[in-house]
Amino acid sequence: MDLKAVNKILSQFPKERGNLIGILHEVQNHFSYLPEAELRHISKQLDIPITQIYSVVNFYNRFSLTPKGKNEICVCMGTACHVKGSEKVMNELQEKLEIRKGETTDDMEFSLEEVRCIGACGLAPAVVVNEDTHGQVKPKMVDKILGSYKS
Amino acid sequence: MKTENNDSIVISVCTGTGGVASGGYKVIDAFKEELAKINCTAKIGPRTHKVGCRGFCAKDVLVDVEVNGEIETYQHVTEEKARKIVASHILDKEPVKKWMVKEDYHNFNDKQQKLVLADCGKINPESIDEYIAQNGYKNVKKAMSMGPENIIETIKKAGLRGRGGGGFPAGIKWESCRNASGNPKYVLCNADEGDPGAFMDRSIVEGHPHLMIEGMIIGAIAIGSTEGYVYIRAEYPLAVDRLRLALDQAREHNFLGKNIFGSDLSFDIKIILGAGAFVCGESTALMTSIEDNPGEPRPKYVHTTDKGLWGKPSNLNNVETWANVPIIIEKGADWYSSIGTEKSKGTKIFSLVGKINNTGLVEVPMGIKLREIIYDIGGGIPKKKAFKAVQTGGPSGGCLPASYLDKPVDYESLYEAGSMMGSGGMVVLDEDTCMVDVSKYFLDFCKDEGCGQCTPCREGVAQMVRVLEEITEGKGTLEHLDLLEELAAMIQDTSLCALGTSAPNPVLSTLQYFREEYEAHVVDKKCPAGICKALTIFTIDEDLCTGCTVCARNCPADAITGAKKEPHFINQDKCTTCRVCYDSCKFGAVKKG
Repeated sequence: MDLKAVNKILSQFPKERGNLIGILHEVQNHFSYLPEAELRHISKQLDIPITQIYSVVNFYNRFSLTPKGKNEICVCMGTACHVKGSEKVMNELQEKLEIRKGETTDDMEFSLEEVRCIGACGLAPAVVVNEDTHGQVKPKMVDKILGSYKS
Repeated sequence: MKTENNDSIVISVCTGTGGVASGGYKVIDAFKEELAKINCTAKIGPRTHKVGCRGFCAKDVLVDVEVNGEIETYQHVTEEKARKIVASHILDKEPVKKWMVKEDYHNFNDKQQKLVLADCGKINPESIDEYIAQNGYKNVKKAMSMGPENIIETIKKAGLRGRGGGGFPAGIKWESCRNASGNPKYVLCNADEGDPGAFMDRSIVEGHPHLMIEGMIIGAIAIGSTEGYVYIRAEYPLAVDRLRLALDQAREHNFLGKNIFGSDLSFDIKIILGAGAFVCGESTALMTSIEDNPGEPRPKYVHTTDKGLWGKPSNLNNVETWANVPIIIEKGADWYSSIGTEKSKGTKIFSLVGKINNTGLVEVPMGIKLREIIYDIGGGIPKKKAFKAVQTGGPSGGCLPASYLDKPVDYESLYEAGSMMGSGGMVVLDEDTCMVDVSKYFLDFCKDEGCGQCTPCREGVAQMVRVLEEITEGKGTLEHLDLLEELAAMIQDTSLCALGTSAPNPVLSTLQYFREEYEAHVVDKKCPAGICKALTIFTIDEDLCTGCTVCARNCPADAITGAKKEPHFINQDKCTTCRVCYDSCKFGAVKKG
């Protein structure tokens, strides 16, 4: 358990209610997911029952209780992307990575997620890898995009 | 090389999400490098600065080059083009005509009336000084001298209605919150823009965050609030960064914090990040989410203006609504209410997306006709395809057919047509779109995004999705359509929150306007648009096929055979109905049926 990292994150937030989701974002950014031991520690420090934290983590799509890959791929499934073929891009990614959406490759290189509209409809269909937005993605571009992130 | 250059040069590069994704930052660097290389010294500039989204994302990276007050706009600028623009336009005084924006750019802009977006794309969103230089934050001082009652009266008289969906009059909401008992009172901004196909609020926060902040401060003065929150999607990292920076700058200038503007009023704004839950855009769910809980909506028999966040009076408006406030204070209620229709005042920003030539953000006066937005501003449908429908209002909205193209766009007209204004998403659908598939998409969205709290929405929407799946798989009957309507009525009558009560809208509106398409699915077992795989076969018209082999080369299933310059043939046993042949044939020889 990496208490030091968690305590550092906790110290960045004022001791007041209304910060749980913000803290969980930071912890997930640090660990790439939300480890149970760290969540229990946060529960004690914030005096919020672990059951409440668990229900929050489960409710919101961005939080994960399992480790994510080094590169996070999010395929936009907004309406503009849907009518311009985002499903074909998703299928191609699933095929190339040999995982289903919501899963992570065995080598922990890539996680594949679908995301509800990222608001980049002018670029539809759009795929976000880590912080990069790729626009007008066609299935045959998938190989090249994946290649640029492989270590 | 040293150039004596006394010109005033300003280069503005679009760095909204669209601009950045198309390489906006690289273009800025290229301009900076080139200008440094030629040692360009100028009186005021050159300065290369970032500007937010100007709306026309399809042409990114867009760049304004201003030399001595003369502005030329370039489209699709790359690093290489940037270097050549410096050499030709700035050094040789010869603008590069072939890279400049064309007629469609002007058509896109000419019919718009930009109030909220007026400075988006012109001002640097990361500089408070630029905004102050344009009289920014002066309206807070004006509002302070007006006093709370006068501010509320002005907003009421202006006729400002919530831009987030419901269209509730903002002034009345503010007044209820001001008159409610309990302290502190909260001023909230909904930047949890979740409707698929909508990005108005993202662009405002990315392009002109101070306008919205100024609006919130004016609201806080009117309502008597000391604490504000902006609830913003974590999926908008650029917007979050720019908002954070803007708030810090406002604090440094004492526009936020204790004794703002040297008065005895205090007001500060905190950012709350969403975490990927669409339902949190609903007012009570948003508040529950700030309170460290899953974002489950609460029943609304007690208004949030009486008991909202932490049980205290709370006033929630969305980004676009807040951004209208400084404009109304500056120009007055009479001026503002002269724009728009009888009941819908001012302008509305729409994100025009889908099967449309000019994808982008448009700000138009309320009451404009759909046809003007789609054809005059949007430039019509690509590839000369036929218009089929326009979907407005996000997952809670509806699909309107061509017969509505000449109806005015305002809150009432859209509602009467079975759709709604929503936050302003406008997705254009062409003849290749299957309306059953589109309603399944929206229902599926609501099924995934529902909070699961109340049974009618959780179970009812899931059942409707199942019925729609059977229809698209070719297992539907006419009774399926009756069942859809029955379920829809039940969900509308009994769901807890607006997400549930409005979830059936896309199905109901398509059943109303495109019933024959549903019937084709269940009676003829055909998908007229050729989208539903189980109901589609592709064939090649021998008379039209030129034997160019494009379809055969592109077919991923090797299902197409035929010699060069001879008509081709699709082997139905191998065909996966992926549509690649249909989309790639230039001669219209591939037929769907």
